[in-house]
Amino acid sequence: MTRLLERLLGRLPIGWLQLTHNRARLYAAIAGVSFANVLVIVQLGIAGSMTTATLRQYQFFNADIMISADDANSLSEGGNVARQWMYQALADPDVSAGMPLYVANLIWDRPEGQVSLQAFGADPGLRGFYEPVLADKLGRATLLNAAIIDRKSRNLDAGELAGIRPHSPLTFEYGGKTITLYDTISGGGGFVADGFLFMSDQSFLNLFANRTSGAPDHILLKVSQGADVAAVVARLRGAIADKSLRIRSYSTARDEELRYQNTQRPTGLIFGFGVVIGILVGIVIVYQVLSTDVAAHLREYATFKAMGYGHRFFLGIVLEEAMILAMFGFLPGVIVATGLLNLLNAKTGLPIAMTGEMAIMVFVGTVAACALSGAIATRRLTAADPADLF
Amino acid sequence: MADTQDDVIVTQGLNHWFGTGEARKQALFDINLRFRRGSLSVLMGPSGSGKTTYLTLIGCLRDVMDGSAQLLGHELHGASRATNERLRKRSGFIFQAHNLHESLTALQNVMMGLQVHGRVRDAGHYRAAAAHMLGLVGLDHRLDYLPQNLSGGQKQRVAVARALVGNPEVVFADEPTAALDRESGMNVVHMLKELGRQRGTTTVMVTHDGRILEQADRIITLEDGRVVSEK
Repeated sequence: MTRLLERLLGRLPIGWLQLTHNRARLYAAIAGVSFANVLVIVQLGIAGSMTTATLRQYQFFNADIMISADDANSLSEGGNVARQWMYQALADPDVSAGMPLYVANLIWDRPEGQVSLQAFGADPGLRGFYEPVLADKLGRATLLNAAIIDRKSRNLDAGELAGIRPHSPLTFEYGGKTITLYDTISGGGGFVADGFLFMSDQSFLNLFANRTSGAPDHILLKVSQGADVAAVVARLRGAIADKSLRIRSYSTARDEELRYQNTQRPTGLIFGFGVVIGILVGIVIVYQVLSTDVAAHLREYATFKAMGYGHRFFLGIVLEEAMILAMFGFLPGVIVATGLLNLLNAKTGLPIAMTGEMAIMVFVGTVAACALSGAIATRRLTAADPADLF
Repeated sequence: MADTQDDVIVTQGLNHWFGTGEARKQALFDINLRFRRGSLSVLMGPSGSGKTTYLTLIGCLRDVMDGSAQLLGHELHGASRATNERLRKRSGFIFQAHNLHESLTALQNVMMGLQVHGRVRDAGHYRAAAAHMLGLVGLDHRLDYLPQNLSGGQKQRVAVARALVGNPEVVFADEPTAALDRESGMNVVHMLKELGRQRGTTTVMVTHDGRILEQADRIITLEDGRVVSEK
C-alpha cells in the first residue's frame, strides 16, 4: 500500500504512514468520521422522505398544467376550483384534455385504530391522466364505491392488503356506505396521510356528500403534442376570468409544493434544521479529528518546514489523510446509516431510504469537510516560524 | 549580496529579542560575523547566551527582527516565505532533539531530505542514496527501523544523514554530537570537515563538546547575547 501510494503521490505517503502508525488513533478517527456520516445520512434520509412522499402523489398523475385555488399550497390543501374554468381552458387550441381532480382525507375506523387515507377521485375513463399501472387498475373501477388502496399504507396489515384482488376484495364502512377495495397500488405513507386511496369521481362524490361535481380541488390539463406549456399557461392566465387562481405547469406545481413543504411547513423546517445541525456537528467532528492529528504532528511538520517543505506539502499530507479517513469512515457509516434508515422506515412507514445520490453527496461532503478542516488546522503551522514549534 | 564571494553567511548589527513591553528580553546584541565557504565554525557559550537563537536566525528558521543577516547571498531580513523555503532547501539542519518523524523508518526519514527537492521520479535512486548515507553514519543495518526502536545516538546519526543527504551548501548543527559516543561524534565531525574540503560545504555548529574544538577552523564564543571572543 505504501509503495502504491508513493507511486501515485510522487512522494512518501506521509499521511498514510502517520495514520497507520498509531492504530488506536486511526480507529478513533475512522469512528469519528463514520459517526459524522451516520449523523448526516440519517438526517438527509429523514428530510428526503418528505421529498419522496411529496413527489409520489404527483407521480400518480400525468398532466401538463394544473389549475388550483390561490390557497392551494399542496395537493391536499386549499379551496376548490369552479369546474367551469376547465371548459374555458379547453377552448384554448393547444389544450387537448382536462380532468377535475377531487381530493379528501378519508378516515378508516378499524378496531386497531384509525387509518388516514388521502383519497383521490377522478374520471377513470381519462386514462392519459394517470400513470400506466394506475390507469389500468382504475379503468376497471367503474362500480360505485369501488376503490384501489395503497398496499404500502401505514397501520394496515400488509398481509391483508396483499390478499386484495378483484376476485377477493376487502370492504369497509365509511359514512354509512360500503367501500370495496378490489385492487392495490404501491404508494407509501407520507406526512399527510397513512396511504392513498383511488376511486372514480362518481364514487368520490357519493362518499363525500358535501362535495359537488362542480367544485373539484384541482383541474388537470393536457396540451397538444409539441405545444409550449409555458405559452399555454400564459394564455390561460389571460383568458380565465378568475385572476385569483393559480395556473401553473404541473411540474411547477410539484416544485412549489416541495418548496412549501420543506420551507414553510413545521415538519419540513424541523427536518431541514436537523440536516443543518447534522452537517455542522459532522464538520465539527471531522475538524476535531484532523486538527488533533495536525497538533499531534506539529513538531514533525515544523521539522519538515525547517527542511524547506512548503505549505502545499502540508496541505497535501492533510488532504491525503482526509481522503483516507473519508474513504475508511464512509463504508461503516453508510452501513450503519442504512440499517438505521431501514429501521425508521419499518417503524414509521415513511419512505425513508438510503439512496446512491445521498451516499455520493455525503462522501463528497465528507472529503470536502475533511480537506477544509485540515487546511484550517494547518494555518498555525503556516504562520509560525519552525523554531517556535520545536 | 554578501560582501565577498567567499562569505556564505554575513550578519551585521544583528539584534533579536523575545516578548514585548516589560516582558521583552533581548537575546542577541549587535552581532557582526562572517563565515567563509567550506569552513567549520563552532559557536560556544553558556546556556542562554544566544547560540541557538543565532543559529536559527541564520538558518532561516526564525524571522530576522533587526539588523542584517545574509545567507548564500540573500538578505534574510524581510525575506519572503518563498525565499526562506528556497534557502532552507539549500541548507541542512541538524537539531539537538534530532526531530525525526516517528511514523517513518530511518530510511524514509533520510529520504525526506532528498524529496524536498521535488517529486520522486525514481524512488529506487532515492532509496539507494538514502541507504548509502545511512551506511556512512554506520546505520546500514537499521534502514527499516522506526525511531522508537533506535537508541538516542542512532537517532542522532539518522538526523545527520537526513541533513547531509541532499548535499547542502550550508550545514547548521545544534549540539550534533551530544548524544553520540566519541567515535560516532568524531565520525560526524570528520564527515562535515570532508564535505567542507571536497564540496565547499560551510558548517556552523553549536556545541559544548570539547572534542570538536580542535577540528574547528574557528571558535566563536557568545555570552549574554554578545560575541566575546573569536579564535
